[in-house]
Amino acid sequence: MKIIKDIRDKIRPHFDKGARFGRFYRAWEAFDTFLFVPEKTTSQGSHIRDAVDMKRTMVYVIIALIPPLLFGIWNTGYQYYQAVGIDPAMLEAFSFGLIRVLPIIIVSYASGLAIEFLFAVVRDKEVNEGFLVTGMLVVLILPATVPLWMVAVANIFAVIIGKEIFGGTGMNIVNPALLSRAFILFGYPAYLSGEVYTYTRLQEGHQLVDGYSGVTPLSLVAEGKTEALPSDLSMFIGNMPGVIGETSFAAIMLGGLFLAITGVASWRIIISVFAGGIFMSWLFNIIALNEYMMIPIHQHLLLGAFAFGAVYMATDPVTAAQTRQGKYIYGFLIGVLTILIRVVNPGFPGGVMLAILMMNVFAPLIDYYVVEANIRRRMKRLKKANIIANESKP
Amino acid sequence: MSTNAEISKEPLFSYKNKKLITNPIGKDNPITIQVLGICSILAVTVQLKPSLVLAISVVAVMGLANVIISLLRKTIPQRIRIIVQLTVIASLVIIVDQVLKAYMYDVSRQLSIFVGLIITNCIIMGRLEGYALYNKAWPSFLDGIGNASGYAAILIVVGAVREFFGSGTLMNVQIIPDALYAIGYENNGFFILPPMALITVGIIIWIQRSRDKELIDAS
Repeated sequence: MKIIKDIRDKIRPHFDKGARFGRFYRAWEAFDTFLFVPEKTTSQGSHIRDAVDMKRTMVYVIIALIPPLLFGIWNTGYQYYQAVGIDPAMLEAFSFGLIRVLPIIIVSYASGLAIEFLFAVVRDKEVNEGFLVTGMLVVLILPATVPLWMVAVANIFAVIIGKEIFGGTGMNIVNPALLSRAFILFGYPAYLSGEVYTYTRLQEGHQLVDGYSGVTPLSLVAEGKTEALPSDLSMFIGNMPGVIGETSFAAIMLGGLFLAITGVASWRIIISVFAGGIFMSWLFNIIALNEYMMIPIHQHLLLGAFAFGAVYMATDPVTAAQTRQGKYIYGFLIGVLTILIRVVNPGFPGGVMLAILMMNVFAPLIDYYVVEANIRRRMKRLKKANIIANESKP
Repeated sequence: MSTNAEISKEPLFSYKNKKLITNPIGKDNPITIQVLGICSILAVTVQLKPSLVLAISVVAVMGLANVIISLLRKTIPQRIRIIVQLTVIASLVIIVDQVLKAYMYDVSRQLSIFVGLIITNCIIMGRLEGYALYNKAWPSFLDGIGNASGYAAILIVVGAVREFFGSGTLMNVQIIPDALYAIGYENNGFFILPPMALITVGIIIWIQRSRDKELIDAS
């Protein structure tokens, strides 16, 4: 540790204002604070600070993303070997998946962070770590087959249009990771159609199993083939075709539990998203006009990215509702909209992304009315108290 | 009469008159600064050709409408001025529509209702109300051409950007080489959807304001 600090102290002066690399001070600072706690102390006002600052919060989210990521890497390999009819060893599947997923992670981080650093240097503001989370989330909501350049283009678009235009981390209206995915969905729909998620560029000596389709369960349902769905247990564990990080309900819940206990993600939002989903699928069960509406409630929650969206996307502290009641309304509506889009809209099989993006936009409005309602309630209470006080006067 | 003589001595392209044309293209652009005429920007800019045709049509209609209203300005009763303006614009739009139908039938079909909707383009009415009703024919003409060019410039830029990224072509001529497609490049379908027109206009506004700090409003 001492050695690193010595090196750091030696390089440090070069990045001071007016020194040779003074222009890149912000870039230096980002790495510096990544390794060391900032030396700045407050000169006035409150001196007590929580050790969990923004950087630490981001790290917590990254830790929570590890279970779905590891599972996703394994599943990418497993699905490939399934497609060629081989029963792979654990490590074999994992290493195959790693070769496919790692480049996506690298490209995602490189493209997003490049833009982030560029804006930090040009605008002379701190580099924010938001992208460490966003970059990982982007990977987890894309299929392993997505072309790398598409990931880069989508990320650059999402960081500039979704975040920097509004003033950087903390000012964005919609979730940048979802915006990145939406960009690919609308720009290159063929790559997110739910039928091309398994890696099928075959290795030498491998051959596709006859009649292999590799369609995701959600697309199966959308085509009306509900009987072809995998078993509930396999949907819970997640060894089915799908986007890298979303298939395993179990792994997502593990991360979600960690986030909820540490308080990084709001458990109110997670619970209410599920409540909304359960309510809407129950309603469809009652209406039951077609095959899709009759899917049991628990399968709706296991299918597609529902759990992933509820745990990692809807709880984004910047774009979610801020007030307590607002969080319940916001989450509930996400759940309702997700199932609604899924079942009623024939265009896209998945609904959770569009539902969250939509509610992101409405979150400030929900907050506004919650605050207004609170003010009205308290005004009424005040009036009542005044009346009582006046009456009790002699 | 002396004042009239002085004005008539003013050169055709005096500083003031030149400003009438250059201002609306830059600092006082009807789209990026006044945010008018957004609907047609969203609707017709999927490709460059219809954008170009609509841009030229608007320039023609606006220049002529301004001149006509300016010449009539002393005879138009205040109370019915809007209806007179509308009649003038509508007649000009019908002429443009007929010309398009006669000579560029495919583009006319592509533009469909948006040629007719030039009538409702707020920029035209705004300039008639705000300028042509109170000024002489020549400056009015320049003002009309200037504002229409400001509108046209943005329309053409957005059309070019959207066609280039959305279809890989410009004026229906393929620009992006086949070699690029061969290594995996794809056209972006998002650019064909209306939201991208809005985002492109937004980016133009962003660039314009960050280059000219005067334009940034305090709020």
